[in-house]
Amino acid sequence: MKMEREVFGIPADERFDVARWRADFPILREQVHGHPLVYLDNAATTQKPQSVINALADYYARDNANVHRGVHTLSQRATDAYEAARGKVQRFINAAAPEEIIFTAGTTGAINLVAQSFARPILNAGDEILIGAMEHHSNIVPWQLVCQQTGALLKVVPVNDAGELELDAYERLLGPRTRLVAITHVSNALGSVVPIERVIALAHARNVPVLVDGAQAISHVGVDVRALDCEFYAFSGHKIFGPTGIGALYGKAARLEAMPPYQGGGDMIRSVTFEKTEYNDLPYKFEAGTPNIAGAIGMGAALDYVSTVGIGAIAAYERDLLTYATEQVSAIPGLRIIGTAKEKAAIVSFTLHRVHAHDIGTILDRGGVAIRAGHHCAMPVMERFGIAGTARASFALYNTREDVDALVAGIHRVQRMFR
Amino acid sequence: MTSDLRDLYQEVIFDHYRKPRNCRALMDANHKAEGYNPLCGDKVTIYLKVADGIIEDVAFEGAGCAIATASASLMTEALKGKRVADVEHLFRDFRDMVTDAPTASPQDLGKLEVLAGVREFPARVKCATLAWHTLHAALEDRQQPVSTE
Repeated sequence: MKMEREVFGIPADERFDVARWRADFPILREQVHGHPLVYLDNAATTQKPQSVINALADYYARDNANVHRGVHTLSQRATDAYEAARGKVQRFINAAAPEEIIFTAGTTGAINLVAQSFARPILNAGDEILIGAMEHHSNIVPWQLVCQQTGALLKVVPVNDAGELELDAYERLLGPRTRLVAITHVSNALGSVVPIERVIALAHARNVPVLVDGAQAISHVGVDVRALDCEFYAFSGHKIFGPTGIGALYGKAARLEAMPPYQGGGDMIRSVTFEKTEYNDLPYKFEAGTPNIAGAIGMGAALDYVSTVGIGAIAAYERDLLTYATEQVSAIPGLRIIGTAKEKAAIVSFTLHRVHAHDIGTILDRGGVAIRAGHHCAMPVMERFGIAGTARASFALYNTREDVDALVAGIHRVQRMFR
Repeated sequence: MTSDLRDLYQEVIFDHYRKPRNCRALMDANHKAEGYNPLCGDKVTIYLKVADGIIEDVAFEGAGCAIATASASLMTEALKGKRVADVEHLFRDFRDMVTDAPTASPQDLGKLEVLAGVREFPARVKCATLAWHTLHAALEDRQQPVSTE
């Protein structure tokens, strides 16, 4: 196989066996418009391995009940599985305790929780929240809302032409009124890996807490929240081979303890009277209502899967794939890669001379190649680079060099049509 | 190339994409509106000069992809000299054509029929109708940019 021939100097047993992992994803056997699916829209959502699909089906087939309520057997089984999933998240990101893991609907839900329960009570008019210039809308709009509510100001750290956060400007923007830094770990639009260790250290030197938006990073780089020492880390299950509608917020216990609940409802209370309600302990204080039980269990199965493959092995494999994709794609005349940071996750965002991203997306799709076309929910990034949108190929552990070749062939077809 | 791609990207579409007709600001316009497709960030401005219920001149700026640009260009050609009262009917028939909905009393859409291939690409219908929605807003003098959502 082409793959194996080109992996030099690595012992056979340590080679990344992509064919083996691909076999775990039934959707990769789909045909689209008569072509084998080439799925390169992993930054939007990832595909699910059979083990995750099974975990969802098994839960509904055998264990389904509400959690933390019933005395009956199924309720106990559902509760055990749900709490086991919390433990899996805790271990995956190396949190100190399971109570520091709050299940949310996703990264967006997690960031909104922090905006309303952490930031809103401490913000006064004139205080500042610092974000980066390449945030996803989900790490912009929740802060705009809380700024409107409190009179606080949103400050933005610029990025350079390569799509790298300007750390000098960041240091200057960190001021006496900065109350929180909210920063993406990996840019979904450009692929840039932000040096969050440095970002966090600089913020902490001024006693400023940090939230990291890990939506795009979680399936590509190892995350150790204790080593990072961030106050909050948010991610979504569906970006790491788990189901949609589930995600997690990590928060340092002391911070979470000090925060008021985000939403009121069942499960987040200890006792309720019309005069006074006592809230439940962590993490339940932040999990009002019947949670996405199956989703949490599915996300736990997804993290198990990634651990089996090994996040380090995934990162190394994807780095190789990104190098190959960058070489192949940048050789195409008239193609401009947007986002050329030194540290990048496996995302290639590009524009094509005289061809709109939507047309690229439609034509590639007819050849079975799925990419994202548009602004990637990061319109300020597009504005920064003076473009309306890009075509974006984003890779995951199951993508191959053949997938890159199919992408390149598709782009050539686009150019032939638009000649 | 698959045949539905060929049906979508006809030579006339490419021609209007490369050399859009009436693509300019209209200084003496008496109706104007901005349209926006939040899905892709594409924007279009439609200018109209209407006198005695007749569209005397029409132009556009912006658009984006081949389908949106060609559709705006073809629309301006189709509208010149038309009565405002007939625009509604034309828009309805055009929309029905690109969404494959049955039309009560279909009329001959002339050159606009090159966009019929859009019906095989549901994700692109908004590209084809952006200019038309914006035209609608211009005739109603809506101040807020119209969105395809």
